[in-house]
Amino acid sequence: MMNPSHGRGLGSAGGSSSGRNQGGGGGGETVVEMFPSGLRVLVVDDDPTCLMILERMLMSCLYEVTKCNRAELALSLLRKNKHGFDIVISDVHMPDMDGFKLLEHVGLEMDLPVIMMSADDSKSVVLKGVTHGAVDYLIKPVRMEALKNIWQHVVRKRRSEWSVPEHSGSIEETRDRQQQQHRGGNAAISGGEDAVDDNSSSVNEGNNWRSNSRKRKDEDGEEQGDDKDEDASNLKKPRVVWSVELHQQFVAAVNQLGVEKAVPKKILELMNVPGLTRENVASHLQKYRIYLRRLGGVSQHQGNLNNSFMTGQDASFAPLSTLNGFDLQALAVTGQLPAQSLAQLQAAGLGRPTMVSKSGLPVSSIVDERSIFSFDNSKTRFGEGLGHHHGQQQPQQQPQMNLLHGVPTGLQQQLPMGNRMSIQQQIAAVRAGHSVQNSGMLMQSLPRGPPPMLTSSQSSIRQPMLSNRIPERSGFSGRNNIPESSRVLPTGYTNHLTTQHSSSSLAYNNFQTELPVNSFPLASAPGLSAVPVRKTNSYQEEVNSSEAGFATPSYDMFTTRQNDWDLRSIGIAFDSHQDAESAAFSNSEAYSSSSMSRNNNTTVAATEHVRNHQQQPHPGMVPHHQVYADGNSGSVRVKSERVAADSAAMAFHEQYSNQEDLMSALLKQEGIAPVDGEFDFDAYSIDNIPV
Amino acid sequence: MQRQVALIKQSLFDQGYLDEQFMELEELQDDANPNFVEEVSALYFKDSARLINNIDQALERGSFDFNRLDNYMHQFKGSSTSIGASKVKTECTKFREYCRAGNAEGCLRTFHQLKKEHSTLRKKLEHYFQLARQAGPKETARRPK
Repeated sequence: MMNPSHGRGLGSAGGSSSGRNQGGGGGGETVVEMFPSGLRVLVVDDDPTCLMILERMLMSCLYEVTKCNRAELALSLLRKNKHGFDIVISDVHMPDMDGFKLLEHVGLEMDLPVIMMSADDSKSVVLKGVTHGAVDYLIKPVRMEALKNIWQHVVRKRRSEWSVPEHSGSIEETRDRQQQQHRGGNAAISGGEDAVDDNSSSVNEGNNWRSNSRKRKDEDGEEQGDDKDEDASNLKKPRVVWSVELHQQFVAAVNQLGVEKAVPKKILELMNVPGLTRENVASHLQKYRIYLRRLGGVSQHQGNLNNSFMTGQDASFAPLSTLNGFDLQALAVTGQLPAQSLAQLQAAGLGRPTMVSKSGLPVSSIVDERSIFSFDNSKTRFGEGLGHHHGQQQPQQQPQMNLLHGVPTGLQQQLPMGNRMSIQQQIAAVRAGHSVQNSGMLMQSLPRGPPPMLTSSQSSIRQPMLSNRIPERSGFSGRNNIPESSRVLPTGYTNHLTTQHSSSSLAYNNFQTELPVNSFPLASAPGLSAVPVRKTNSYQEEVNSSEAGFATPSYDMFTTRQNDWDLRSIGIAFDSHQDAESAAFSNSEAYSSSSMSRNNNTTVAATEHVRNHQQQPHPGMVPHHQVYADGNSGSVRVKSERVAADSAAMAFHEQYSNQEDLMSALLKQEGIAPVDGEFDFDAYSIDNIPV
Repeated sequence: MQRQVALIKQSLFDQGYLDEQFMELEELQDDANPNFVEEVSALYFKDSARLINNIDQALERGSFDFNRLDNYMHQFKGSSTSIGASKVKTECTKFREYCRAGNAEGCLRTFHQLKKEHSTLRKKLEHYFQLARQAGPKETARRPK
């Protein structure tokens, strides 16, 4: 099933299945036409009576039924024939394997919709089904009417995945576009989809990347996720909708790799979801990290950081760092993360501060990167920021998260270089759902230059991430370098900013790219990332220079950067840079991209706006908005960012809400402004509660 | 004959041995699957006999592992509801409640009752299907080709 949807871009791996569904690529409409007859259902139940009855019922619905009385057998069937089924119906109580476990596996490995059923109708079990990602829960005895409509789940899932595949599918398109852009901008941050790497690489390319990234971001953004918000803007790449299954898959991959070590790239590989780009994963990872952090009671260092950032340039970085920091820290912690991982992490981190553990890696990598990048300053800062936030890597995530949110927005504006960071951060922040924080941060930082670093955590995270990213992430590349320094800046932001910005910016950018993945409205983040390191180092330089002035430089940077940046797009503009990196950010990037392109002016405006706001636009929120507001028309979530800087900031938040990704929802619930609606985790929402 | 069959069936419903779910199953029966309901019933009784056996053994052991018993019963309940065995289902629910309450005595009593209901239903259904087969395809099934 998934194939069909992915098929669009992907080459219709699901071609076969798509036959039914939609021929892959079509959009949901085609699918509907084919449905529901021929829907390939796999039924798993140890009760032979039920199995027989279900089979009969499903056949009457004209579905293609495969019976299985053992979960293990079902899994092997699914694995052998990945695209051989459209939906799975499973009993909860089975002797050889718990139904929920099967549910997780399926969601992770095959990303198919799974319906749970049981004679047990107790709320707790039903809730469990929901939290584990089941698309539905049927109470036995199952009636025909209930089965008749199961095809809706397939369509729904496909639709959400189309967004992803759109990437993929469109990736090709985007890629082409991007390539063109790249050529133009060279690092067109490959819209996240195609190639996360492509993006990063291109992004790094430098100046061009900015524009490219932006473009890519748009493309990616659009493709990626459901642009819930973005639809309007539609420039962004489609957002990836993180369905429960997808998320389950993601979580499984993350756990497999180890939260600390989980890098988007590897996660992406593990997940093996067609159409999913690294950016998607990265941003999602970021969000996830934030989420985890939140769960872990992450001290709100980041929050603090963010605040601090907001106030000062450092603050701006801080946010970013925070976000990034967490991630980065995580990375750093792991130390193992190779630069690449860091980059990835950063990307992820940007998007997801939560992933602290994972980010731990990133962090480390970032840290490493820093040295590479010459962040040194940032590093420390970052570390600080991160340290605060992370403390441990994830638990602290929260603070960072905010940063990220804030960062993207804030950052973007400010730093052209710093922006990068900020953008990224923003994006990250945005992604992280901190939205506000970062934005706030960013805003502030914008003037400053390096993104106020997403509310500290984000920024910090970003940085490391960025740094990492930069190197590896082709897309991010820009960011990576900076990430460390620039982002982290929370503390020494001002000074650092200048220098850091560069790095941060880079980092930022990196983050941004990463962020976008998530559905962060990167637009804001873009700000952060926008600074996109993508441009790669060139940006840094710019940033650096701009950093000096931070306040102003950012603007300059933006304008200069303009390549892609529509800083206006808000921080996203930064993201644009990040595009490469943050393909994932797509959202944000989308913003950025859009904004970037648009705006050089806007960015400036944004930055200015940001600047005004800088000081604290609204904790976290504002920055984002600002960033976004300005430049972004950003399809990317940045929506909020786009809001006129100040108002944007506020709007930003709102926008996030729109986005309603799971992550966002979760984060929101948690109190963190969702970065992007990219995460459509229902599960998250639920989790939020308890948290 | 068919009317007789129909009456028997009706009485099963009226007496609460079967519920709507059984009707659902009947709707699944068609020309392509003329004996679907009977097949499902046969399968049910075979499987539930196994379950009953397990529970019997568990109870005889004397060590009341309520968790285990509850698990068995959950399964039993699942298939009983799927087939529409209403009275059996009721007993299953009661049994599970006793299990949760840790009431061994209640479990034993209920289980005894459950077995009784189960075997009664089995006989009635067997009789019913036999007649139905003799009566020939039901009107509903006799759809013009």
